Amino acid sequence: MVPLSWYLILSAALFSIGVFGVLSRRNAVAILLGIELMLNAVNINLAAFWRYGNVMNMAGQVFAIIVFAVAAAEVSVGLALVISVYRKHNTVIADEIDMMKF
Amino acid sequence: MTGEQIIFLVVAFFTLFSALRVVTTGNLVHAALWLIATLFGVAVVFALLDAGFLAVVQVVVYIGAIAILFIFAVMLTRKDMRDQGPQLNKTWWFGALLAVGTFSGLYFLLQGWNGLSKTAADFPSGFDAVGELGTALTSPAAYVLPFEVASVLLVAALVGAVYVAFNRK
Repeated sequence: MVPLSWYLILSAALFSIGVFGVLSRRNAVAILLGIELMLNAVNINLAAFWRYGNVMNMAGQVFAIIVFAVAAAEVSVGLALVISVYRKHNTVIADEIDMMKF
Repeated sequence: MTGEQIIFLVVAFFTLFSALRVVTTGNLVHAALWLIATLFGVAVVFALLDAGFLAVVQVVVYIGAIAILFIFAVMLTRKDMRDQGPQLNKTWWFGALLAVGTFSGLYFLLQGWNGLSKTAADFPSGFDAVGELGTALTSPAAYVLPFEVASVLLVAALVGAVYVAFNRK
């Protein structure tokens, strides 16, 4: 049987890789890819705590499903924004999307 | 080392390697394909955790819908990808520092916690995880309200996405 710590360390590593992707990529679509990695890391944690805790309490899996729904919502709106900005300003570089600055 | 541990280690290294490729590769189509590999790895991790429903939803929703959406978005914004400039911004070292700091902080925190070497108990006899999950999601005594709120959120997000990306001529 795999100890709980292995899952938690895998999830921490995946989350850190996602943080790196969000903070250092220039392309807005690549930033969204990093966010997906972070959400997946959270889901691994939720499922692991469900399995290693009280199995009769389904809160972990239910929360993971809600994270799925939120991820789908986030990525659809985010990509729609990226496509809209690309149409109007012909760029997907996050540094150049500064139209809302004074 | 048991067979399950070996499977876990193989899947974990595959997942982390593909995740690293997602954030480092220059070609965004390749990054989206590496993301699909990562999502498959996470689906296998769900299966190892006996969360069969989550594994199936991961494949259907993440790989079937979200990853395809990413590939569409990459291809619709492709003209701009030809630029030969760097893929990482000027402060990438700060992002790397923060990522390493996050990982080592979490690792350090985990070392000080005594529930780490816990192993999972077997399921009670006759326990049906998927049936229990369905009951929990639809029973008013459990999580029907968050479930409905999630569906309203999804509808609102999809309508908003169509509105934002709509091409007014």
